[in-house]
Formats: sequence, structure tokens, C-alpha cells
Amino acid sequence: MWTWFHKLASPPHFYRLAKALSPWFLVPGLALIAYGTFTGLFIAPPDYQQGDAYRIIYVHVPSAYLSQMAYTVMAIAGGIGLIWRMKLSHAVAAAVAPLGAWFTFLSLATGSIWGRPMWGTWWEWGDPRMMSQLILLFLYLGYMALRASIDDTAKADKASAVLALVGVINLVIVRYSVEWWSSLHQGQTILAEGGPAIDAEMLYPLLANILGFALVFGSLLLRRVRTEVLYRERRTRWVREMILSPQGQT
Amino acid sequence: MKPRQQRMLAVGLALAGLAIATALTLRAFQDNMMFFIDISDVVAGEYPEARNFRIGGLVVDDSIEREPDSLEIRFRVTDTRCELPVSYTGVLPDLFREGQGVVAIGRLDDSETFVADRILAKHDENYMAPEVAEMLAKHAEGKAAMAARGTAECNPT
Amino acid sequence: MEAIAMDKYGAYVWSCFALTFVVYAINEWRARARHRRIYRDIEVRVKALETRP
Repeated sequence: MWTWFHKLASPPHFYRLAKALSPWFLVPGLALIAYGTFTGLFIAPPDYQQGDAYRIIYVHVPSAYLSQMAYTVMAIAGGIGLIWRMKLSHAVAAAVAPLGAWFTFLSLATGSIWGRPMWGTWWEWGDPRMMSQLILLFLYLGYMALRASIDDTAKADKASAVLALVGVINLVIVRYSVEWWSSLHQGQTILAEGGPAIDAEMLYPLLANILGFALVFGSLLLRRVRTEVLYRERRTRWVREMILSPQGQT
Repeated sequence: MKPRQQRMLAVGLALAGLAIATALTLRAFQDNMMFFIDISDVVAGEYPEARNFRIGGLVVDDSIEREPDSLEIRFRVTDTRCELPVSYTGVLPDLFREGQGVVAIGRLDDSETFVADRILAKHDENYMAPEVAEMLAKHAEGKAAMAARGTAECNPT
Repeated sequence: MEAIAMDKYGAYVWSCFALTFVVYAINEWRARARHRRIYRDIEVRVKALETRP
């Protein structure tokens, strides 16, 4: 088992594997998003309270989930890198941060656009859910700034991994903010106690979009890690040989 | 101890310490993190006097009164135990209606009426088609639950 | 037409979906552009070293 794991984590092997795997994430992902978005926009019934405005859920919830998932990946990869000194895991952490930041931005922006017609406000300072999600964005930006400010890659890896692990606390706060405190934001829908609090016709396109976004995210991440590996290994022999070989892989 | 185990221990201890520190901080700031104050607490006099604050609750059924020839509206808000009269002048969010969750930002006047500068609407985590909601509303259990909610007593202490 | 109007919430709903698509397109483009740039930089350096006598 461990030999398999070490082979996967070896940079040249991962470099080839990531390229081969990426379309297997991207194509089904885009297909699911096409189904989920079309069904969510045009087939699913309107909501009894919010009418058609609730359809923003089909992009808001997947981006919010991914903003959390990306951070989890970043923190776990950072932790593995710190403890086991695995090179690949630091590359994963470095590659996932900008994706996480983009999805966090997207969740904040779509939430804001949804809040205007429904709640009557674009943004409320002091709301625990909104503030903790904004802090998540700042954590991502701080993480990327910290990496960019340290020239030595090994040092940057360690320092940023510590920051990522410290910030895990905020993930817990985002998740439970609507339960621990009063908030303008409603509670969990899909993970509500006693099953999803949403009609099946509305739920299936939402699940399709969540899975679709996750697969597309996976494809983007595979390719970003691949680039990061290439950059980090730029002075190694396997990279030189790959570039000079006649059938040279890009 | 191997160096790897030492690193594991260091990371673990740092995380545990951080978790405890955060838990304590959150406990200390519990009240400040609340986005709004419950009606019962307002009725009991637990609210900041010197500044605007937010209250949250449900708009009481049949309590909405509109002043003729103005945008002023009066209604009562409940947390299912205590009620508070609210007055507001301005545009209301689309979701504002009787039985709906609302957040009002403002302060109490001398007659214990909450004068709101802004009204925000809250919605719950349930999503359903209008027909389903209608069916549910007719359901006897729903009515029983509503009745039970209405009988809870307001005991501001 | 009714489906596009989304009650009166068309502007909000469509801008959210458009924004999401734009963010995806940016990420797709950035991932590809960064890979191309880094690969080319390494290629130039490796080949320069190779042809030096």
C-alpha cells in the first residue's frame, strides 16, 4: 500500500497522472452543472416564499460548500506536509488557495445579490455567518500573501501551513454560526435535522450542481497542482529529460 | 521519540491550545455575536439604552396596520412568548408579511414601542413549491403546533 | 419570456449565474495560462543550457 502511495506522490508520476485524470473530472462535472443549472432554472418549481429568487441557491450553495472544502484540503495538505514532509502535499496546499479564495468570493457575492431582494439588504456588518465567511476570504488572501512574501519555498510552505491550521477554527465557526448565534442567515437546508428541508424536485438539481462544481474544482485543482509541481521541480533531471524528449509531454 | 512524532505532537498541542483559546473567547463574546436580541429579553429590559439595536421575531398574525396616506406601518413582533409593538416608515422587503420572521433595527420610544429605522426579512431553511406549502398549511398538525405556540406564557424576569 | 423574467427577480438571478460562469472562466484561463508560461520558461532555460558548447 505504501509503495503505491509513494509512487503516486512522486512528482513525475503525479505529473503524468494528473494530466490523464483531469478530463475525467471536468467532463462529467460540466455535464452535471449543465443538467443542474437548466433544471434548477427552468424545471424546478418556484419557492412558496421566495418565488423565483430562490434559484440563486443553485450557484450560492455549491460555491459556499467549495469554499469550505478548499480550505479543508489546504489545511490537511499543509498538516501532512508539516508532519511527513511530503513535497507533493505542500504543492497541493499552494495550488488550492487561489481556487478557495475565488469560491469564497463567489459565495459572498451571490449571497449578497440574493440578500438584497429577500432580506432587504446587500450586507449586514455584525451578522455572524457573513462575518465568518468574510474572514474566510481574508484567511485565503493572507495565506497567499504570506506565501508570496517568503522567497524560500520550504520556509513558505511551513509558515503558511501553520497559518492554514490555525484558520481551521474559522471553518467551524462558519459552519455553526447560524446555530450558536442569532443570524439573518437561515439554518442548514440539506443537512437539516430529520432530512433535507427542500422538495425533491428542487433538491436533485442542487445536488447535481454541488457534485458538478466539486468535480470541476477537482479538475482545476489537479491541473494547478501539476503546474505547481512542474515549477517546484524545474531544476530536476526528470523535468529536463521530459522537455528534451522528442515526444515531450506538456 | 522520532522527529516526525515530535512534529506531530507539536502540531497537535498547538491546535489543542488554539481550540481552547477560541472556545473561551467565543464564550466571552457570546452576547456580542448575536445579530439580534430576542423579544423576551427586550421586554425584560435587557437591551442597550444608548444606541440602536436589532430585534428579531415573527410578525404577529392580523397585527399589521397601515396608516392611511403615508408609508407608516405598525405591527407586533413575537418570539412566541412575548410581543412588542413596532412602528416603521419606509419601503419593506418583499418577504415582509404576517407570520414571517423579521429583524428590525431601531430603538424603544417612551411608550415602549420599537421605532424601526430599517426592517429586514428573514426566511427559514425550508424550500418547497407553493402547492406543497398550501397542502402543509391545511395539515392539522401544523395548526395544532401553531395553537400550542400561542399559549406559551410571557414571563419577563 | 416568463422564465427569463423570473418573477421580478431576473436581474438578481441572472447576474448570479453570469458571475459564477465568469469566475469559472477566469479560473480555467488562469490555470492554463500559468501552466503554459511556466512550461515555456523552463523549456527556454533547459534548451539554452543544452545548446551551450
